[in-house]
Amino acid sequence: SARVMPTQERKLFSSTLFHKIFKAHTSLSLKKCKGCLYKISTSMVEKGTSLLKMMEISVAEAEKRTGKNAVNMQETYTVYLIETRPVDAASEGTNPVPDSLWRRYSEFELLRNYLLVTYPFSVVPPLPEKRAEFVWHKLSADNMDPDFVERRRVGLENFLLRVASHPDLSSDKIFYSFLTEENGWKETVFETGFQAKADSRLKALNATFRVKNPDKRFAEMKHYGDELQSVISQLLRVRARAADRLYGVYKVHGNYGRVFSEWSAIEKEMGDGLQSAGHHMDAYAASVDDILEEEEHYADQLKEYLFYADALRAVCRKHELTQYELEMAAQDLTSKKQQREELATGTIRTFSLKGMTSKLFGQETPEQREAKVKMLETQIEEGEELVKERNTECEEFVKSAWVDIERFKEQKDHDLREALISYAIMQISMCKKGIQVWNNAKECFSKM
Amino acid sequence: MSAGTPRSLPSSGQKPIQDICHPLSAEECALSRSPDVLNPCSAGERDLILPNGTPVDTSSPASSSSLLNRLQLDDDLDGETRDLFVTVDDPKKHVSTMETYITYRVCTKTTRTEFDLPEYSVRRRYQDFDWLRNKLEESQPTHLIPPLPEKFVMKGVVDRFSEEFVETRRKALDKFLKRVADHPVLSFNEHFNAFLSAKDLNKRQGLALLTKMGESVKYVTGGYKLRARPVEFAAMGDYLDVFTQKLGTIDRIAQRIIKEQSEFLMELREYGPVYSSWSSFEEDLHDPLEGVSGCVSNCSSALEELTEDMSEDFLPVLREYVLYIESMKNVLKKRDQVQAEYETKLEAVVFREDKKTPVPSDVEKCQDRVECFNADLKADWDRWQNNKRQDFRQLLTGMADKNIQYYEKCLAAWESLIPLLQDKQDAKGETN
Repeated sequence: SARVMPTQERKLFSSTLFHKIFKAHTSLSLKKCKGCLYKISTSMVEKGTSLLKMMEISVAEAEKRTGKNAVNMQETYTVYLIETRPVDAASEGTNPVPDSLWRRYSEFELLRNYLLVTYPFSVVPPLPEKRAEFVWHKLSADNMDPDFVERRRVGLENFLLRVASHPDLSSDKIFYSFLTEENGWKETVFETGFQAKADSRLKALNATFRVKNPDKRFAEMKHYGDELQSVISQLLRVRARAADRLYGVYKVHGNYGRVFSEWSAIEKEMGDGLQSAGHHMDAYAASVDDILEEEEHYADQLKEYLFYADALRAVCRKHELTQYELEMAAQDLTSKKQQREELATGTIRTFSLKGMTSKLFGQETPEQREAKVKMLETQIEEGEELVKERNTECEEFVKSAWVDIERFKEQKDHDLREALISYAIMQISMCKKGIQVWNNAKECFSKM
Repeated sequence: MSAGTPRSLPSSGQKPIQDICHPLSAEECALSRSPDVLNPCSAGERDLILPNGTPVDTSSPASSSSLLNRLQLDDDLDGETRDLFVTVDDPKKHVSTMETYITYRVCTKTTRTEFDLPEYSVRRRYQDFDWLRNKLEESQPTHLIPPLPEKFVMKGVVDRFSEEFVETRRKALDKFLKRVADHPVLSFNEHFNAFLSAKDLNKRQGLALLTKMGESVKYVTGGYKLRARPVEFAAMGDYLDVFTQKLGTIDRIAQRIIKEQSEFLMELREYGPVYSSWSSFEEDLHDPLEGVSGCVSNCSSALEELTEDMSEDFLPVLREYVLYIESMKNVLKKRDQVQAEYETKLEAVVFREDKKTPVPSDVEKCQDRVECFNADLKADWDRWQNNKRQDFRQLLTGMADKNIQYYEKCLAAWESLIPLLQDKQDAKGETN
């Protein structure tokens, strides 16, 4: 199993984590794993609405399991231990054993899909990537690789914390039972029938192309999402290549270590200086592993927002859909009203098959006309109801969605700024280490 | 340091052959020369000149390290009063209808009576240095002659007239002359004197040919077989073999590092601008992202300087030593030959005559030669070891320094970014 640190230590960090959340509107929480700092922000937490106020949540461990899958074949997969504990218990000083259950990645996916459908106006936090992408050659792309599993564990925990601190999502019952009920959760989710409520891709795509008057802000946000996704992808790609090269630079210096050692063997006075300088070169070469591991956390922070861009676009697409459906309903109503007018005045302005056939094959009887008018009246009434409904839907959606988008914007600005700061700190640390090693080597050289 | 295409030197331009002054004459025609050329070594009055006559170019940090190089070379003589100072500088391109080549100014300041004047300034080209080295090898076969930078350069690969190449060569030529000038025997060589002082190295082509022939005439020693090489000379040979090998390895490692760094640099040059394009559609994050982009750009420039420095200052010195060692091995071979000749001749005499007749003079001469050779070589070897130690201490310390400077530049860039990144943060905190 991929354990990071003893459970005791983790609980300590958990307390620190959640203690801070009570305070300000925007707050920073720290999680330590493998000696690196991975900053999670839980911004704009409103008191009283967040699950996080009542409960501590963490993804403590990861384990490999083997079992039979749906088609009765043997498979190996990883499960993650979710631990929860009421907040009061921790603050009282006692340390009760947390409740826990195991979940696998696919269950997280199911949870998220449920949230996407049920809260279409929310920018739903993303999951860590399914497969390792933007890897540089020393980084494993294997899902079973312990480093990958560890980074995924952190990513899943981050996902849960973000959902638990979201003003709307955190109070969801399915989410709560995901955290607390091991058995039968899947069935419960399916029973909500959320899958039926999901919009078909075709429908959504159609709306995107045909919508006439989407809210400008949403159009801009969608465009922003596109650009954000594009630029972060590019950034991650180039960064991975640069990491590869940096690795090469450091590692080749290790060869100096060996040749200095060999050379020192034939020297008298120069020997000691050369030999010890060689050791520093070895240390320099070895230091790149830690450096790049830390940088991987930065990459993970960027990836989160890469995927967030998608969630943002999903909200915008939903707006387009609701707006389109409103427009369709309104259009339909207008057409029906026109038909009524035509029937009343006898003029035909709109083409209709019935109108043509009646022209060709003779007028209808007053009774027939009467029936038609009645039917139209009913349809118009229904149509007006529908338009009203959809209008409200649309307005409400715009209102809720925009609130969450604004919340997301602030969170994003805050988080990415923090990510850049920690990246700069990483670079500073790397430079300082470099200066130290070369100063050590220089000292050895000067003693040659 | 130049960042891209190497720059060419000012040329003397296309002129009819009669109008071109002989490039090796001390008085240069008024081309594009600065007025102080005609009094090159009265430069002692200027405060920007080092004690050994080297002018100081303070335009770049790289030259301040070469300044240190020169200073340290002086310090090596343990307080010995130096009476001969030589420098090589002021490379100039000469274009004639026949060929294009570079000449260097060779300045000498001395109090030695072997020289007619206390100061000289002549212009020499690589051919002339080559001639000098050959003459030294021929006339002082028992001594270790310092190496010259490589003679031949592949025309398509390296630009012989680029500023970097010429500067690298100039430094090596300067070092060569300084090493000769520091040598207690070589510095008194008549050819060295001529090289430093003569207006014209006449008939140098002919002389060069003669030199080659002369060498082979003097040491037709092919047939002699050496019985036993004295331990100390065998040890020298072994040492040189291993040392050459290690130098070769270090050269390869250094080249590989430069290559990896260059490829890393390429990626960085793509990486930085991405942050810039990101900042273009962000509001709050605009300044931080631009800041990161600028930082990466600064680090890129610093890295470029590092790789250039290593290419220009580190690798050539390694290669120079490899050449040095090659010539030293030849000298060791010659010594073996001289000893073999003596042993063979002695044996013949011993077997032929009884002990009463005196040893023939030619055998005696051989014995003298062996003993002189051994003595000279031992002295030179010790001096060489000492110089080698200093050279490498300097070289490797220099390498460490360059790397430290690189990291310090990057550190400064990132540290100055932090307050910029945190700026809005604090402002926000206050309004909250």
